Amino acid sequence: MADTHQGETRRDFLYVATATVGAVGAACVAWPFIDQMNPAADVLALATIEFDTATVAEGMAVTVKWRGKPVFVRHRTAAEIEEAAAVPLSDLPDPQADAARALKPEVLVLVGVCTHLGCVPLGQKPADPKGEFGGWFCPCHGSHYDTSGRIRKGPAPRNLEIPAYEYVSDSVVRIG
Amino acid sequence: MATKFENPIVRWIDHRLPIFSFMHHELHEYPTPKNLNYWWNFGSLAGIALVIMLVTGITLAMHYTPHVDHAFNSVERIMRDVNYGWLIRYIHMNGASFFFIVVYIHIFRGLYFGSYKAPRELLWMLGVVIMLLMMATAFMGYVLPWGQMSFWGATVITNLFSAIPVIGESVVTWLWGGFSVDNATLNRFFALHYLLPFVIVGVVVLHLVALHRFGSNNPLGVDVKSPKDQIPFHPYYTIKDAFGLGVFLIVFSAFVFFAPNFLGHPDNYIPADPLVTPAHIVPEWYFLPFYAILRAIPDKLGGVLLMFGSIAVLFILPWLDRSPVRSGQFRPIFKIFFWILVIDVVALTYLGAKPAEGWYVFFSRIATAYYFAHFLVILPLLSVFETPRQLPKSISEPVIGGGGGFAGATAARRENDR
Repeated sequence: MADTHQGETRRDFLYVATATVGAVGAACVAWPFIDQMNPAADVLALATIEFDTATVAEGMAVTVKWRGKPVFVRHRTAAEIEEAAAVPLSDLPDPQADAARALKPEVLVLVGVCTHLGCVPLGQKPADPKGEFGGWFCPCHGSHYDTSGRIRKGPAPRNLEIPAYEYVSDSVVRIG
Repeated sequence: MATKFENPIVRWIDHRLPIFSFMHHELHEYPTPKNLNYWWNFGSLAGIALVIMLVTGITLAMHYTPHVDHAFNSVERIMRDVNYGWLIRYIHMNGASFFFIVVYIHIFRGLYFGSYKAPRELLWMLGVVIMLLMMATAFMGYVLPWGQMSFWGATVITNLFSAIPVIGESVVTWLWGGFSVDNATLNRFFALHYLLPFVIVGVVVLHLVALHRFGSNNPLGVDVKSPKDQIPFHPYYTIKDAFGLGVFLIVFSAFVFFAPNFLGHPDNYIPADPLVTPAHIVPEWYFLPFYAILRAIPDKLGGVLLMFGSIAVLFILPWLDRSPVRSGQFRPIFKIFFWILVIDVVALTYLGAKPAEGWYVFFSRIATAYYFAHFLVILPLLSVFETPRQLPKSISEPVIGGGGGFAGATAARRENDR
């Protein structure tokens, strides 16, 4: 009967080994079908764009498309920069100094997507409502952003995102 | 409903929705003849091939664009840019060929062992319906990459319908949605190529319902006489099917990874050009026998009728072969003619790939005539004149002698030996 006992152990080992190899195999087969839904090579190739900020006059704003999303490039006036810098951090739901939000104070680069539920805030065109703090106003659920793109009032939890960007010359930025 | 499940949640669900009892009944205890050989693997392999085609097809559809200006480039994008797109497309391309290989072997298995005979006539006819649906699906799928072979294949095959007297031209215009194969054609082919596989799934379900009514035929072709002639489907045939699947996947992978374009045609990597026809048009290999029959006939309508007739004759096969003996093993003359038919169909496949000129046309005509003679003349005559060999009394008899009374005894002894 000891013999029988040993046989069971070997059979158990075979079951576990078979199931393990099967599970690893199934995972290897599943991965290509999952990964095919991730961004493709041509999509990733469009993940960086360059933009010449010299084309934006003072007080004006331009929207450029990056990764399918709007990026706000705003050439701020001295008054707007001053207004943003003067706000005490304790007044902010998502505290961040204005100086930390722009490589050059006069050129503000933001991802133009409301941090609430993804709408594009108004405020790029001169005629747009800019909200109570002179920056942007999201019409979907009433979030107000200031001249630094920081959330001041409304349901949005965070400031407008700053994309990764750098100056490749005096005025040209590479976003992404 | 007598099945008992240990897990209380399974039991609770099964009491209200007997899905677990159903699966246990049809996939586990389902009594199956104990003498099935490896030719019986090809049914489950066909089912697995269908699932492979559905999964890869749905993922490809996530990246494909059915528009004449974008279709070719979207397929190239799948090959170059989409993560693992090359793999998924090569599986789908070669999967079509392997689906047909498996199904053709499945059909010849049925022809040799008489699986189409009473009481399995509807099972057989549903299988022929599945093959027709597969052909339509494969043809429309081949059009989607919008290469030269896609375009001209679509043009030639849709033009078959222009052979219909009087209304032929109108039918072709209706199929195209225009005056040539164009964007409207591509769009509807994509819609139907996505739809038809699910229709196939539906007919496969009917095929399985019909199969499980009387159970599988077997190599001896004699009916199951007692439970001792049968073994439960699980684990005996699940493990046998799994082994066969492993062998199948090795061969399939060899093609997908090392010769992915071997079964295809290089001209289909040239974008479709409605103004230039390639010098030599051939369909995919699995259509070649039918293509050979089409070209063997010097008359347009006659060729089309015989091509469709070569499949239609399979529908009435259960009533052409009246011999009461199912298995070819016990039919000495039938066996010879069966292998001549296999050679004939292989010859038609070869001839279909050759240009329609000279001796190729002559041999195509001989092979076509023999194909129809086999079903319409030889089989009916054999039913009357052939003397079959003595059939065994039961499935168990040839193995252990007698009526199978010792099947249980040998199993019990094996138990003791362990």
